[in-house]
Amino acid sequence: MAYSEKVIDHYTNPRNVGTLNKDSKTVGTGLVGAPECGDVMRLQIEVDENHMITDAKFKTFGCGSAIASSSLATEWLKGKSIDEALSIDNMDIVEELALPPVKIHCSVLAEDAIKSAINDYRVKNGLEAIELPKSHH
Amino acid sequence: MELPIYLDNNATTPLDPRVLEAMLPYFTNKFGNAASRNHAFGWVAEEGVDYAREQVAKLIGCTEKEIIFTSGATEADNLAIKGVYEMYQDKGNHIITVTTEHKAVLDTCKHLEKLGAEVTYLQVKADGLIDLKELEAAMTEKTILVSVMYGNNEIGVIQPVNEISAIAHKFGALFMTDATQAVGKIPVDVNADGIDLMAFTAHKMYGPKGVGVLYVRRKNPRVKVTAQMDGGGHERGMRSGTLNVPGIVGLGKACEICRLEMESEAKRLSALRDKLEKSLNELEESYVNGNVQHRLPHVANISFKYVEGEGLMMAMKDLAVSSGSACTSASLEPSYVLKSLGLSDDLAHSSIRFGLGRFTTEEEVDYAIQNTKNAVNHLRNLSPLWEMFKEGVDLSKIEWTAH
Repeated sequence: MAYSEKVIDHYTNPRNVGTLNKDSKTVGTGLVGAPECGDVMRLQIEVDENHMITDAKFKTFGCGSAIASSSLATEWLKGKSIDEALSIDNMDIVEELALPPVKIHCSVLAEDAIKSAINDYRVKNGLEAIELPKSHH
Repeated sequence: MELPIYLDNNATTPLDPRVLEAMLPYFTNKFGNAASRNHAFGWVAEEGVDYAREQVAKLIGCTEKEIIFTSGATEADNLAIKGVYEMYQDKGNHIITVTTEHKAVLDTCKHLEKLGAEVTYLQVKADGLIDLKELEAAMTEKTILVSVMYGNNEIGVIQPVNEISAIAHKFGALFMTDATQAVGKIPVDVNADGIDLMAFTAHKMYGPKGVGVLYVRRKNPRVKVTAQMDGGGHERGMRSGTLNVPGIVGLGKACEICRLEMESEAKRLSALRDKLEKSLNELEESYVNGNVQHRLPHVANISFKYVEGEGLMMAMKDLAVSSGSACTSASLEPSYVLKSLGLSDDLAHSSIRFGLGRFTTEEEVDYAIQNTKNAVNHLRNLSPLWEMFKEGVDLSKIEWTAH
């Protein structure tokens, strides 16, 4: 199976690889997936006092599409408010990266990671957790 | 050196130019049907097939009459197992095989289970070898067939076929082996090994795709299989269908080259494989899968912990290898062979199989070592699991969101 150019680009030059201080109150961390499934994504956001995402970092254990999905997610998160970020849908990632059907679960995982990071931040800052969609993969 | 480098010789091998040369006339002026007994075109084709039969027989130490040509090893596996099951129904319905067999054997057995067969699937030990005591304990009066592969396609482990066949025979059962990865790579002798039926194929030994063999013993005991393909009664009635003459001629030539060059080739390849394996083992948290004493000379299967195999292969973009990871499959199940060794799912997902071959050079192996090391390091930099491991986090204590 050939990878799309965009997947290869994100895979070869992943954006925003790294680690934020997970104990900081201004950082939200989402860790989703499981090693035995072959996919683990950790996505982190740095949020300012206006609930705007100023930075995003990721590390991913997984295939090229999983790495590309999380790399793309970090690009999209920066500059969005935590409410706006909730609107990122896995199908947007599928479309942008031209993921084939067998790789849709990678985009789902990225969406889960975004929501999970936002929730971590919300709970840390006394906001109500949003309801996460049931895992559909 | 040309890129990409082919290191997937357990999947298929390139055609040896000498094999191609032998085949070519049989596509053009020697195009006859080997079953045409009444004219020269048929005789010439038949001669080609007869000669190939001798070349194949010589490689595995049998007579020409014991060779049944098929379309490949999958068909040969099917014919052997289904054919024995049908032919020996009066004697029993029990078949013994192993969980690490190729799907051509496992799925054939599953098919027969639906028809009333009882099948025992033996587990393997952590090194991939079966436990002979377990085999002996599984044998019953109803056991008609023991089917254990010679060399494993994923990890290269060689089963003790000699001892296995002795146990099968002690209980009056036949011994069949899928020797697809072994024939042509290591000495295989059907008499010394006590083999009653054996499947293999041309395209794993530098021959063409689409042609394989089922060896069927004719003496001590005389083995019979019920045909699974009915028609013109070719191949002594066991496999009807016009013979693939160019393919068979190519298979014969491939067998001859293997017989003459196997010894030096195995020595060269195992030295290259050991170099590759030793260098890659220098990487932290890398593990060689399968028994390292009893195995094929050209295979190395290594898990690089905390990186995922498919992602890794993408970084090894100039290398054609394969992985036990199955990120593309709907089930997301990693290799069942590696899981049978007791490997955890995450290690199975992290495995890469390197399959060296006749045309692999030392320069290519050196390149592969460097390319693989770079890829593993690149992906570990991206891996949250690697980071946690380095921080001393116990990954087994984390509650993962299973999906």
